[in-house]
Amino acid sequence: MTADATPAGACAAAALDLPNSVDAVVALLASENYVCDRRLATALFLSLKLQRPLFLEGEPGVGKTELAKTVARALETLLLRVQCYEGLDIAQTAYEWNVSRQMIEIRLAEAAHGLSDDAARERLGKSLYARSMLIERPLLQALTQVRSPVLLIDELDRADEPFDAFLLEVLAENQLTIPEFGTIKASAPPITIITSNRTREIHDALKRRCLYHWVDFPSVESELEIVRLKAPGAPERLSIQVVEFVQRMRTLDLFKAPGVAETIDWTNALVALNAIRLDPATVHDTLGVLLKYQDDIVRLQSGDTVKLLDELRARALLQ
Amino acid sequence: MIAENIVHFARVLRNAGMPIGPDRVLAAMNAVEQVGLDRRDDVHAALSAVMLDRHEQQPLFDAAFDAFWRDPKLLEQMMLLLLPKISGRGDKAMAPRANRLADALAAPRPPQAPNKANETAKEEIQFDTAFTFSDRERLQRADFETMTTAEFEQAKRLAAEVPLPVEPVRRRRHQVAQNHERGVHLDLRATMLRMARQPQTLAPAYTRPRTEVPTLVVLLDISGSMDRYARLLLHYVHGLTRRYLKVHTLTFGTRLTNITRSLRHRDPDVALQQADALVQDWKGGTRIASCLDEFNRQWARRLLGSNAALLLVTDGLDRDEHGDLGRAAAQLRRHAHRIVWLNPLLRFDGFEPRAAGVRALLPHVDRFLPVHNLASLADLRRALREPAADAASRTSPH
Repeated sequence: MTADATPAGACAAAALDLPNSVDAVVALLASENYVCDRRLATALFLSLKLQRPLFLEGEPGVGKTELAKTVARALETLLLRVQCYEGLDIAQTAYEWNVSRQMIEIRLAEAAHGLSDDAARERLGKSLYARSMLIERPLLQALTQVRSPVLLIDELDRADEPFDAFLLEVLAENQLTIPEFGTIKASAPPITIITSNRTREIHDALKRRCLYHWVDFPSVESELEIVRLKAPGAPERLSIQVVEFVQRMRTLDLFKAPGVAETIDWTNALVALNAIRLDPATVHDTLGVLLKYQDDIVRLQSGDTVKLLDELRARALLQ
Repeated sequence: MIAENIVHFARVLRNAGMPIGPDRVLAAMNAVEQVGLDRRDDVHAALSAVMLDRHEQQPLFDAAFDAFWRDPKLLEQMMLLLLPKISGRGDKAMAPRANRLADALAAPRPPQAPNKANETAKEEIQFDTAFTFSDRERLQRADFETMTTAEFEQAKRLAAEVPLPVEPVRRRRHQVAQNHERGVHLDLRATMLRMARQPQTLAPAYTRPRTEVPTLVVLLDISGSMDRYARLLLHYVHGLTRRYLKVHTLTFGTRLTNITRSLRHRDPDVALQQADALVQDWKGGTRIASCLDEFNRQWARRLLGSNAALLLVTDGLDRDEHGDLGRAAAQLRRHAHRIVWLNPLLRFDGFEPRAAGVRALLPHVDRFLPVHNLASLADLRRALREPAADAASRTSPH
């Protein structure tokens, strides 16, 4: 869990400058070097307008987390991130009572006037569970900002089911109930983005409260644009070859198809190796950047690479 | 006008089996209002963002959207054509009760004289019938008979009693514990609460790691050689699904079918009927390697996360000439926390891994349960209660 702070001054302004059409969303994201298709832009636009969380599902490495970061940057607001893992609980994500301060408080009360009468005990009880005794974690922080932050709940599928249930109140009502204290309601509702790699099915109750979008692999044109933006050092011809090769590779029956992140990494790797075009030897040496399963790598090395490169050559892309 | 159309569209999708409640209809109206009606693809994206909640629904949604927003009347006519089928599904849900109903209506029979010789003879005859006729009578459908009342009661009791094939696992989440238990942690927040109520006394509160039944994925072989056990095993899995929420069931023969949702139905007869309707390859051949491979690709990462256990029910007789069973099983092993193989063997008294498929599978399972002549749930219970016969005892890093 991290709180990536944007310039502190930006948080002073109260309302966010939200885009008012789908085109504006596309333009806003493009200004931060994020290439997105119109469907995703529409889903994001609706999530901003209707103030509903956006639930993004898709293969790893298609830019789900990146979208949240980009939105925070583009809207110049705080990004609060909850990285999910099994056993994640309220103390790590929402709030925690500052127990050591509470202990000191009790000790001080004892020393000052004793705890003999009921009134003193009542006072102590109140002061023990005052707002100042709460340590805020990202979920609670997201509700207490003056300016709407972006709340990223990353890889929700890695957390266990009880955590889904806990999120329901925050997502649907933008509020959090602390038994000892009361309900804290957001003054500026956060822009919530949830991502999942689908290693388990998220409960319908949670999905129902969100807008759903499946992030697909991008088209050739989009991916080329992304590679141009993210790997500016690569020669144009190499970028085209890389994108065409990877796109063709995804149609093979691989165990894990490479994502956009892998395409970018691969392009950068090829640039670092001073490659100017794809050839079988270079591809074989760098396959580990693209593919993360030994079975897939073996399969590519035992013939498919040559076949794919021949295809590229036939389309006059490999010169 | 647009509102009416959205309501209508939602109804069409609902009829097609997508869970779209009134809340989504309202959200859809809002969404369309926001994006406007200028661009068709925007409306499409907006409606799908609001109305879908899993990727698999997309093709159905796309087809319905295309048809509806081109010509709502046409779609209506198409739906009309589909209607008899939809009511047909309702009929099917009613049908299975017939047997129990007939039972209830029939007059009680006088009890038979307790003649032991007679009984065994009768059993043998029944046994024979099962062997000789079953294969000829049935085609691609399993066509389970509905249960009689007595059967139903017994099955219900047994299904609730037959233990799980896997041990509970320790989780990283904590639960309240008594202080005399081992491995407890001090729960500061709860302790503090107690102190606030009773400042004079210090009564520490504790937590300990929770243990729970892991997610169980059942891979059920329903090919010809396993046909005798299909009904029994489905009853067992149905019982498990009813008792534990986290049971996923897939059947395989020549193809892989996920029947989890139909097994969630409360009534075992209806559940089995629905499962039967989903599965297309009853009593066909077995392509274990291909099916396991498909499972690895399509389902393993979605179902076997968070320390799931896998129950593989098959006789290991593979008729797949192209697949590499050993490799598929090894890959499966890397995904699952534990693999339990339940093998209903009929032929051998002492088990010998003769078939190539059995030899390929055996090194990759944690617990091997050969059940000789699995005729009832009671047999299954006995087998599961036996101490674990570890086929390949391995020191798992988990």
